[in-house]
Amino acid sequence: MIEDLVAARMQMALSLGWHIVVACLGVGFPALVLLAEWRGIRTGDRGWTLLARRWAKALAVVFAVGAVSGTILSFEMGLLWPGLMGTYGEVIGLPFAIEGIAFFIEAIFLGIYLFAWGRLPPRAHLLSGIPIVLAGLASAFFVVTANAWMQQPEGFRLVDGRVVDVSPWEAMFNRATPHQTVHMLLAALMVTGFLVASVYAVAILRGKGDAYHRRAFALAFSLGAVAAPAQVAVGDWAAHSVAEHQPVKLAAMEALFRTEQGAALRLGGIVVDDELRYAVEIPNALSLLAYWDPDATVAGLEEVPPDLRPPVGIVHWAFDIMVAVGLALLALSAWFAVVAWRRRRLPDSSWFYRAAVVAGPAAVVALEAGWVVTEVGRQPWIVYGQMLTADAVNPMSGLRYGFYALLPVYVLLTVALIYVLRRLARAPFDDGAARRVSDYRVVPDGEDPR
Amino acid sequence: MSAADVCLALLWLGIVAYVLFGGADFGAGIWDLLAGRGEPGRRRRELLEHVIGPVWETNHVWLIFAVVIGWTAFPRAFASVAGTLVVPLTLAAAGIIFRGSSFAFRKSLHGERFEGLFGILFATSSLLTPFFLGTVAGAVASGRIPYDGYGDPRTSWTNTTSLFSGLMAVLVCAYLAATYLTRDATRTGRDDLAEYFRGRALFVGWLTGALAVVGLVVIAQDAEALFIGLTGVALPVAAGSVLSGVAGLALLHARRYTAARLTAAGAVALLLAAWAAAQYPYILQPGVTIAEAAAGEAVLAAVLASLAVGAALLVPSLVWLYVLFQREERVVEAGDGEPGPGERDRR
Repeated sequence: MIEDLVAARMQMALSLGWHIVVACLGVGFPALVLLAEWRGIRTGDRGWTLLARRWAKALAVVFAVGAVSGTILSFEMGLLWPGLMGTYGEVIGLPFAIEGIAFFIEAIFLGIYLFAWGRLPPRAHLLSGIPIVLAGLASAFFVVTANAWMQQPEGFRLVDGRVVDVSPWEAMFNRATPHQTVHMLLAALMVTGFLVASVYAVAILRGKGDAYHRRAFALAFSLGAVAAPAQVAVGDWAAHSVAEHQPVKLAAMEALFRTEQGAALRLGGIVVDDELRYAVEIPNALSLLAYWDPDATVAGLEEVPPDLRPPVGIVHWAFDIMVAVGLALLALSAWFAVVAWRRRRLPDSSWFYRAAVVAGPAAVVALEAGWVVTEVGRQPWIVYGQMLTADAVNPMSGLRYGFYALLPVYVLLTVALIYVLRRLARAPFDDGAARRVSDYRVVPDGEDPR
Repeated sequence: MSAADVCLALLWLGIVAYVLFGGADFGAGIWDLLAGRGEPGRRRRELLEHVIGPVWETNHVWLIFAVVIGWTAFPRAFASVAGTLVVPLTLAAAGIIFRGSSFAFRKSLHGERFEGLFGILFATSSLLTPFFLGTVAGAVASGRIPYDGYGDPRTSWTNTTSLFSGLMAVLVCAYLAATYLTRDATRTGRDDLAEYFRGRALFVGWLTGALAVVGLVVIAQDAEALFIGLTGVALPVAAGSVLSGVAGLALLHARRYTAARLTAAGAVALLLAAWAAAQYPYILQPGVTIAEAAAGEAVLAAVLASLAVGAALLVPSLVWLYVLFQREERVVEAGDGEPGPGERDRR
């Protein structure tokens, strides 16, 4: 039996951790579909159109589950954390209101894009997809500003437990907003690119190395490969900002218990009794990375009382995993880029494709690990330095049953989603010249582009 | 009118739009559940799937819109509602997940294994979700949400007013959907289906009206403040709702489907407006005013400014979406190899 606060946190983590994956696809995938459709229109090559159609069907499913799993989150904000929403709802409400508008735009144009295929002239149809991409980026941006505010709460004063003098714009554009939003948007592109590419990497490894699969792989992987180097740079920027504004989180990320001058970077290891053991140590590297000075002083967890420290082991490992995967994806992207640049084609090595198969799930792991760093690293605060998670949670007893009830729902949803996407991947091709008017479930003409 | 009043009006607009559009999508799911087996059932399901397919996600966003305006403009009232009604809101949340995802899954698995399973999930969750959301409305309307605190997690939504409004929500969804589908059926050249849904719309319409009368008795006994409001200041609005509802049924009877749609929607919109008027100026009963619960002026101003800019983008987009899919002509039915006689050649 777990206690209600833990259950509420796990329910939130489950819902958010699940939604974030499909939300990333909701941001990045429309761009891939449009690129394929655009190339189809421009080159007149029917293979691109078939690819765009195929992806659009997967997008329809992913977007639908993204829409509903996102709605649940808006419910849970109130159900699980009424203390947060009652006190601070007005401070962080504005970005959600704007995100709501953006999401409206996304849903409207997705409906048009998917269901008016074959009804609108090709160019008009292509254009109808552009608002989906823009609104997708915008909704991700605005939602993340609200999370950034929870890390860097600004734009209000607290008097007797009530907020006054709220400046919603200041709250939205807080100090954590620039790096967190860019980090997230790039992550969305990486997850989409590498995840879609890994599907085609499997096909190529199974001997389906034809033009259709290779171009699908190349387009998707390029998206991830373009985002990866930028992401490493943005990650560095984010770490500096955390070092400056959330030193306790940085200390947890690096499992630095004692304040040190010329702090070593410690990779991996096990936390035992407020001490990190068996870690790989690189002398002075943490000071250098965090402050560009090998002798800089880095604050340790000892600066705050034990009950105000986040769980160190989880945050430290999550951070190391995220960075390791990010660097590995960068290396793989470099391989891809070098071959593309020097030989103007895809790599031949089957090792490259094996790595590319792993790259998709690995990008998801990095994404989740990154969110663990952000959210668990902020604990025990729900609003950093202002409100404890324990004070925000719904005091209703038996809250944990909600978590027990939703757990199987998400398991079922995951199984069903993967099943349906796999079935869609095996369905016959169609080019969207609808026989049944306005219905995107088209009578297949059985043609194979390969 | 203060900024808080405008925000609440917009929130209410969101709820009304959610019921009129999103509610009808749930209603379509309820008719999916009752569509029957075999070829006739398949044709009915195909029509409603065809109609809600392009628009249900957009219609669903009204709910998100209402929720975020709620917590931004009236944070403590929102937290009180959500913090009290954990059970029905969690069940509604699960219903929302199942409805949306099963609908998308079923569409992707046309003619395959598990199509039926997802169909059942879609249809049952379409029935249950409005019920639970209705109990939430009943809990708020009957004054069971203590402001800035937590009400009884069980009786807040298992009382007679809540159960009544849950049932009412289901019937309203079914009524709106059946009424809308009559026109969609004639528009796509399926007159027999128009007759089918016309009969059901008439039946559910009268049933909803009868239940509303019973409901007045329930409300009189269980939610006095609401009853006083409904029979007082809100009486003209409530009377308008009844008139519009009767007119809608008469128009359905006369097979004037486009007009029947408008009057049916009008009846439901006026019903919600009557509730709002009965409760004004209190956001939560007893006695929590809108002004008291409202967020700070700067927040309200920022939200209103954003929504004004948003509306400039949204309204034309929404119009395009609905016009595009309501203007289509006859549909070739699945299984027909060739286009039907009424289809405009688009190939």
